[in-house]
Amino acid sequence: MISCEEATAICNKKQYNEATSWQKITLWFHVLLCRACSQFTKKNTKLTSLFEKANLHSLSENEKEQLKKQLENKF
Amino acid sequence: MHQLNPNSWVDLYADYLFNYAVARVSDAEIAKDLVQETFFAGLRSAKNFEGNAAERTWLIAILKRKVIDHYRKINSNKGKAEVRLSYSSNSDSDGDWLEEQVADPQSVLENDAIENEELGLAIQECISKLPKKQSMVFTMKTIQGIETDDICKELDINPSNLWVMIHRARTALMDCLNKNWF
Repeated sequence: MISCEEATAICNKKQYNEATSWQKITLWFHVLLCRACSQFTKKNTKLTSLFEKANLHSLSENEKEQLKKQLENKF
Repeated sequence: MHQLNPNSWVDLYADYLFNYAVARVSDAEIAKDLVQETFFAGLRSAKNFEGNAAERTWLIAILKRKVIDHYRKINSNKGKAEVRLSYSSNSDSDGDWLEEQVADPQSVLENDAIENEELGLAIQECISKLPKKQSMVFTMKTIQGIETDDICKELDINPSNLWVMIHRARTALMDCLNKNWF
């Protein structure tokens, strides 16, 4: 069985669709037997759904750098 | 008494203000301009900052004015504000009562939109409390959807660094959002 640390790492990757099918199976098995990881997985998945619901936007790093420069010039 | 700290404004508030603006003007470019104007106006009137409000609250108040000005400008560009005298544009509905045109406080759609915006701002507030590099990695990965490899290249880190930072950011956000959203 995989360790809790590994389970956590897979769970995080799963939130970004970057876990392989085999990793997902090992996670599923771990979560069946481990209460702490089961709770963490639930919370983590819920967090992902909150992000989707919130329709988040952000400026790119470039845009932020530009903005900083312009602010500095005026300061 | 709070003091203004314009050097950290972009890192702390740009995305928060940007989300607020996008929700109101639904155009990313215009929203970006409004955020920029807000920061400039904030700098110009920094003398008037009384320190009663938190910086963010104060900047949001400026942004609100900018959004209103933006709509005023569009309206005057058209020549004049559109004025409709008939209470309903649909003449078939003659005799319907004005009450029927009023926003429905139970409307699931509208309430959802309001709740989702509050959620978005709450998340941005929590993100701004993260350490700088964590929030950068998290935002690039989660909000901008940039590939892991590309983020690693751009920030000169390796994938395991990236996942550690993502993990820390996510756990911090769970705690931060816990009270109201879980």
